[in-house]
Amino acid sequence: MDPIRILRSRTVVMATTNIDTDQIIPARFLTTTTKEGLGAQLFADWRYDATGAPKPDFILNTPAAQGCQVLVAGRNVGCGSSREHAPWALVDFGFRAVISTEIADIFRNNSLKNGLLPVIVDAATHEWLLANPGAEVTIDLESRELGLPDGRKVVFPVEAFARFCLLNGTDEMGYLLGQGEAIAAYEALHGKQPTAATA
Amino acid sequence: MAKTMFEKVWETHEVVPESADTPAVLFIDLHLTHEVTSPQSFTLLREKGLPVRRRDLTFATMDHSTPTTTDQVFGGVPIKLASARGQVEQFARNCADFDVELLGLQDQKRGIVHIIGPEMGLTQPGKTIVCGDSHTSTHGAFGALAFGIGSTEVGHVFATQCLLQRKAKTMAVNVEGALAPGVSAKDVVLAIINHIGVSGGTGHVLEYRGSTIRAMSMEERMTVCNMSIEAGARAGMIEPDETTFAYLQGRERAPQGAAWDAALAAWRALATDAGARFDREVHIDATQIRPMVTYGTHPGMSIAIGDTVPVHAGDSVYAASLAYMGLQPGQAITDVLVNVVFVGSCTNGRLSDLEEVASVLRGRKVAHGVHMLIVPGSQQVKREAEARGLHEVFAAAGAEWRESGCSMCLGMNGDTVAKGQYCVSTSNRNFEGRQGVGSRTLLASPLTAAASAVTGRVTDPRSLLA
Repeated sequence: MDPIRILRSRTVVMATTNIDTDQIIPARFLTTTTKEGLGAQLFADWRYDATGAPKPDFILNTPAAQGCQVLVAGRNVGCGSSREHAPWALVDFGFRAVISTEIADIFRNNSLKNGLLPVIVDAATHEWLLANPGAEVTIDLESRELGLPDGRKVVFPVEAFARFCLLNGTDEMGYLLGQGEAIAAYEALHGKQPTAATA
Repeated sequence: MAKTMFEKVWETHEVVPESADTPAVLFIDLHLTHEVTSPQSFTLLREKGLPVRRRDLTFATMDHSTPTTTDQVFGGVPIKLASARGQVEQFARNCADFDVELLGLQDQKRGIVHIIGPEMGLTQPGKTIVCGDSHTSTHGAFGALAFGIGSTEVGHVFATQCLLQRKAKTMAVNVEGALAPGVSAKDVVLAIINHIGVSGGTGHVLEYRGSTIRAMSMEERMTVCNMSIEAGARAGMIEPDETTFAYLQGRERAPQGAAWDAALAAWRALATDAGARFDREVHIDATQIRPMVTYGTHPGMSIAIGDTVPVHAGDSVYAASLAYMGLQPGQAITDVLVNVVFVGSCTNGRLSDLEEVASVLRGRKVAHGVHMLIVPGSQQVKREAEARGLHEVFAAAGAEWRESGCSMCLGMNGDTVAKGQYCVSTSNRNFEGRQGVGSRTLLASPLTAAASAVTGRVTDPRSLLA
């Protein structure tokens, strides 16, 4: 995973509320057994017509969206299914951050593990972003600040350990594996060791 | 200090408590896994050269992309959908390579992961239970802390039997009063989601409390907890009681003998203490709940069946949702002509659900032009239903009876609803395209689904109940 420190990008706006992970990537694409290449199926049912041709008026098919790393979404983005294919598809398409007033729990967790920064902002900032698609914004993970074009800085919350991992491009697995002694001690203390038959 | 049930379960599973800098390391007692969200996790193990740390706490089934026609499951006909076949075959190889116990395609105990956990007695009060599946919340009906995780986290649990977690907030959902005849657990949870909203539970673990919940069977409680995620909550819990213990006693993987007595003592201590504080509380009057149905594209967009589609002038997102559904503000939902009826899923694929459906279908016919698909939640449910002759009731009515699986809830296996068609479904999500590209889903109870199948339009089941 590449470290994230500062993102500078124009925004893509999808103002729809409650964008669920079934929209981000429909279930029929989940028979894949890898993480790669899912950007092609991102928002497939909104993005392509029945023949598979891109719909010219869908935002991700417009020239303005090309190269944008920041998605501004309506309230409660990422609700529904736990499929990690949703952040995989967004990242494969090129997104590195999603901004909304509310971001669903499992999607937020999954995003943080894949270099996709969930940025929760207040309603006024959100409204400004929705009204100004294509705005050039800066997201500084070190200072936890979203910078708007007029110079305003909006502080956003991000879980401390996830931030550490994103800043350093490391994953949580190494940390968890490093807890091996504590895990064994817990198992012993609570009588949860593997039984002989299964060890 | 008085503690909630969630806090008690949380504290007994902290390997390392959380700090400002790091989340808690939380021990997981039961890791359920299926073919859709695990392939990338097994790949991670291979890349890092890691084994599954606790094979004895890991349990696998296949349900999402598996076929439901008997010829493909038992008849030697290869799975027709090539991508699904590949995924199922790879899952079997992964489980064999990592020595994980798997209920394979033809296993007589196979079924939807959230149906078989309770059915086998793997799901128990006070356990932490995870699965790469958002409807893991189902298992909270037993007083377990159960929630869905992503595939990266599936890999974490495979490798360490632990997860990094921040402690959630708590919300008490107090539901009081007796349900009217014809009103079921599905109507209750749709009413709850309508009340708190599809993101109202974000960041919270719900605890369903009150006389309505206490009066429910385990199967009804599972229906309620199952849809916690549709209110944004990763987990929903219900205090274990005599109903819980009676359900579990004697099940294959439940504690036996002296271990049962010890478990029972521990389980009785799990209930939220008097005076414990929740971060938020809501109150629902269950006596006012009528049979519910969704009319829009998320599970919070629901009304009582006698009501009309709400009017929200000037709301473009709302208008787009109704346009997708082909509905008009102010129209009676009973005007909707039904093309497909789906009974099944981890929400309503258990024996009692099928018995309710049969109670409506007995002596009646599915309306001309309506395709009714009934998919049991597990092979065990299928056998029990057939032992009671339910399959004959379904066949006589003209409904199709299949092998178990997730099926038309999300259409991954090819069981889909065609573009523009209306499906009254006992499943959990009415998102755009959920049951197939362009499909229009109306979520409802098994009784409502059966009544709608018989009349061919969205129907309050009370009109058909004797």
